[in-house]
Amino acid sequence: MNVDRRHFLIMLPAAAIAWKYVLAGTPEESPNYKMSDHWWSMLIDIPKCIGCGNCVRACALENDVPEGHFRTWVERYHVTDWDMVNPEVISPDGGKEGFPAAQVDDNGKYFFVPKLCNHCADSPCTQVCPVGATFISPDGVVLIDQTYCLGCAYCVQACPYGCRYIHPEKKVADKCTLCYHRITKGLTTACCEACPTGARQLADLKDPNDPIHAFLRTHNVQVLKPQMATGAKVFYNELDGSVR
Amino acid sequence: MSGVEGYMYPNEITLYWSVLIVLYPYITGLVAGAFILASLVRIFNVKAVAPTYRLALLTALAFLIVAPLPLMFHLGHPERSPEMYFTPHATSAMAMFGYVYMWYLMAVLVFEIWLDYRRDIVHLSQSTTGLKRLLYRVMTLGSDNVSPHALAIDHKVGWIVTLVGIPSAFILHGYVGFIFGSLKSNPWWNSPLMPVVFIFSAMVSGIAAVLLIYMFTAKMRKMPIDMPCVDTTAMYLFYIFILDFSLEMLDLIHRVYEADESFRTLNFMVHTKLYFSQIVLQICIGTLVPLLLLAIVQVTNLPAIIRKRIYVISGCLVQVAVFSMRWNVVIGGQLFSKSFLGYTTYKMALVTKEGLLMAIFLTLLPLAILWVLLKLLPPWPDKELAYIEAAAAPTT
Repeated sequence: MNVDRRHFLIMLPAAAIAWKYVLAGTPEESPNYKMSDHWWSMLIDIPKCIGCGNCVRACALENDVPEGHFRTWVERYHVTDWDMVNPEVISPDGGKEGFPAAQVDDNGKYFFVPKLCNHCADSPCTQVCPVGATFISPDGVVLIDQTYCLGCAYCVQACPYGCRYIHPEKKVADKCTLCYHRITKGLTTACCEACPTGARQLADLKDPNDPIHAFLRTHNVQVLKPQMATGAKVFYNELDGSVR
Repeated sequence: MSGVEGYMYPNEITLYWSVLIVLYPYITGLVAGAFILASLVRIFNVKAVAPTYRLALLTALAFLIVAPLPLMFHLGHPERSPEMYFTPHATSAMAMFGYVYMWYLMAVLVFEIWLDYRRDIVHLSQSTTGLKRLLYRVMTLGSDNVSPHALAIDHKVGWIVTLVGIPSAFILHGYVGFIFGSLKSNPWWNSPLMPVVFIFSAMVSGIAAVLLIYMFTAKMRKMPIDMPCVDTTAMYLFYIFILDFSLEMLDLIHRVYEADESFRTLNFMVHTKLYFSQIVLQICIGTLVPLLLLAIVQVTNLPAIIRKRIYVISGCLVQVAVFSMRWNVVIGGQLFSKSFLGYTTYKMALVTKEGLLMAIFLTLLPLAILWVLLKLLPPWPDKELAYIEAAAAPTT
């Protein structure tokens, strides 16, 4: 290849950026990762979510999520003051490509609610699995051994949040793993990394220095469907009472 | 999205428990019900229904052999199903299936049938020839002692097995109800009454099935129908059906009166998507009509031919009711969103692994197995065999 000095200088910044991404794609190994030192959860800051769908796309790309199924999705709620318990909810294609423009001339309020597996401490899905193929890891992540799952879908029925599905090709249960392959290497999840507003934050409840502790102390934080008593670990800031 | 009204969580749009999962509790229900009818003779000494005793046991066995097949065809990985035996998950209701099934099949049903037929099997192993002889010899399991003392022991052990079999039949089917009733995620299923309702509807469907099969086989063999037998069976069917219907209505009234957060959604579903299968088929045509017909028989003195027709019609309608009930539970429980904001639609496939044709095949398969069992182990009472032989004698 014949490259003169002019072309070399033009290509240099592009090469530097490319090299940066190559490095970013190969995170440091974490040989010292100890499961018992962590208790993973996630914080969703509802007022910060703009419904862009970046998280849904990033998740689908990172985890090779099959078309029409979702490890995470975003819902848009429209709540009017005359019928607060029956909101109008949409999630076109899981909110992957964003949302249609909202009607701003009525007296309702609009907000976005990202959803994902709640990684429940007392998860109904792990309780019902007939062979124990789905389990909670010592660091608090509900996982599935897909080489062991029968594909009976009992866990899909048992999840109160609609987070599970049967993978159409693998014929086994599938769901959010909290990007376990990333977080055990010191990275954050694909959805948190892709969120432009910081509405999603991975949190480690066993880490005393994690900002989650200060946040939980000072904000109005709730979990979805607390009446289910599942020990859900995805915390929602400013969760509206109409959210299901 | 097609078939979706309102809002469903995106992963809820596909139904994962298909018509095969409807068939599974229906078939196990027939097993449990047929066995309870047999126990009426053995344990509760209801002599009138004795002609159905062996037929009921064989019917239960034929359906029990098929019972796990709908589950197997439904699984994404059926080849991994032995893991349920080897590494069962202690907290899972479903993990119990393998053990309950094997216990019921081998320790109760096959054992009881073997004990009851042992004398016949020994006799047949001596009177037949060729391959049949070999088969019956294997079935004797090397025990060809048919002395009165040995038969008395058979009878005593058989009585104990039946006694153990009654709670086993309740466990077999009650646990199927528990699988649904224990899920807090689904308000349509979540009810402590679910196992009880499943058991009573099982008894109703099983008794009605044996009644139908008894009348059909009698007609095929050109034998007279034992009217006291079918009258008594129908009487038990009537009273157990009243209990079953009362329990189901109790569940319904409780839901309507309590009207919790899910009520609005479920009420709408019953009045729209489940209207035909629940209100029309299950309650009106499948329950009220046969209850009325059976009640008429109880309080009037109708001629035998009319009673027989009423029993056939009622027996068929009961099957419609119980199958619809299973359908409404299994499919109904997946038609609404757990967000209570929308509904989806079940589209049954035709020729797939979980399609309509497979469901029809699995419904007919137990009848084919029963036909083989009837040939192999004729359940007809001795006096009937004597009648057949006497009728056949002049022509030979």
